[in-house]
Amino acid sequence: MKNVKVLGVGCANCKNTVKLLETIAHEKGIEIQMEKVEDMEKIMSYGIMSTPGVVIDGQVVHAGGVPSRQKAEAWFQGTAA
Amino acid sequence: MTAVLPPPSPMAAGAIPPAPAKPAVARPKTFLALAAIVWALLYSVLIPVSEAIVAALPVDRASHLGGALQFFFYDTPKVLMLLTGVVFVMGMVNSYFTPERTRAMLAGRREGVANLMAASLGVVTPFCSCSAVPLFIGFVQAGVPLGVTFSFLISAPMVNEVALTLLFGLFGWRIALLYMGLGLAVAIVAGWVIGHLKMEDSLEDWVSRMPKVEVRVGEDTLTLSERIEAGQASVREIVGKVWPYVLVGIAVGAAIHGYVPQAFMASIMGRDAWWSVPLAVIVGVPMYSNAAGVIPIVQALLAKGAALGTVLAFMMSVIALSLPELVILRKVLKPRLIATFVAVVASGILLVGYVFNAVL
Repeated sequence: MKNVKVLGVGCANCKNTVKLLETIAHEKGIEIQMEKVEDMEKIMSYGIMSTPGVVIDGQVVHAGGVPSRQKAEAWFQGTAA
Repeated sequence: MTAVLPPPSPMAAGAIPPAPAKPAVARPKTFLALAAIVWALLYSVLIPVSEAIVAALPVDRASHLGGALQFFFYDTPKVLMLLTGVVFVMGMVNSYFTPERTRAMLAGRREGVANLMAASLGVVTPFCSCSAVPLFIGFVQAGVPLGVTFSFLISAPMVNEVALTLLFGLFGWRIALLYMGLGLAVAIVAGWVIGHLKMEDSLEDWVSRMPKVEVRVGEDTLTLSERIEAGQASVREIVGKVWPYVLVGIAVGAAIHGYVPQAFMASIMGRDAWWSVPLAVIVGVPMYSNAAGVIPIVQALLAKGAALGTVLAFMMSVIALSLPELVILRKVLKPRLIATFVAVVASGILLVGYVFNAVL
């Protein structure tokens, strides 16, 4: 079970990011808990400077723009076992 | 000469070879060289091809319609190719200037030179207005002075590669350079003025309470082929979004090109009307558009005899000041600082309009 947070104030890119991550997790059969963080103060507490940001299990892995599919797939790699 | 190209459908005009299926570009240097050659070749045959297309159509080349069509078939691929090329290169350049690195470069600097740096970095840093707030806070947290942060915030959306390329492609390098120079000047001076008003207490309280951060920059580990991918991604994203505006802009230009322009706007927006510049700014601020969206309007206004300074002031106020951006910024700035920001930037743009109209 992975905890995935997408940080962003609800712009189109943030929604696309959420969709992409859910698709990939579904494909790989990984269970995730998706959380959308839309409060500016909370978003900033992760120390990112561009949105959307992605946090996986408490670790900031991405900031700024929709992540590429490859990059996103790598986040879910090696955890399926 | 026979037309070797298909009629310029908007997306086919670009010089991007199909993206490789492999994860990264196999031979990045070869790829870049080839892409550049293909691009230059295509670009050099644009005039003959556009003439050939018009010749193949049942219209008299010397007629108004013929002239307008040739202009359209030449300008459309030309501007789209320029845009594709520039956006690709800037996409690669942008990959060196992430917001995090920009912040690290600006942190701890004093005002003055830093305003100039911030405005210039605004040109090469990827930025979209939905990121305005995180960026703003990130800068302030790292100890970048408020005025310097504003210089960046003003120049980033206003002076960017899309605006400059479109101005260059449609109106020539002089207008593009003037726009860049004046845009930077507005960003630098406005930021400097805001910095000297000492309004740090006008940040929303939760922003002031945020802990200061140590600036650290991650290793820049991107390879050349990854930068090429970044360039291709920004072409897909930006050119893919912007081309309809460009088409409309050129169509407007073509229509006017073939049919002699009337000095219709000259009396309203000509340089003799002193109130035309403030009017342009007042009309421009509530409008929200990216640089590409304003281009058709700019094209039409200029051709109808509006003064250049007035039109540029209009363009700047549409791009630099917009209601949605102000709404986002309201989350971090108190109304007093927002009002100051708008007033200072609007005055800067006004000044630009007047100076332009007086000099040219």
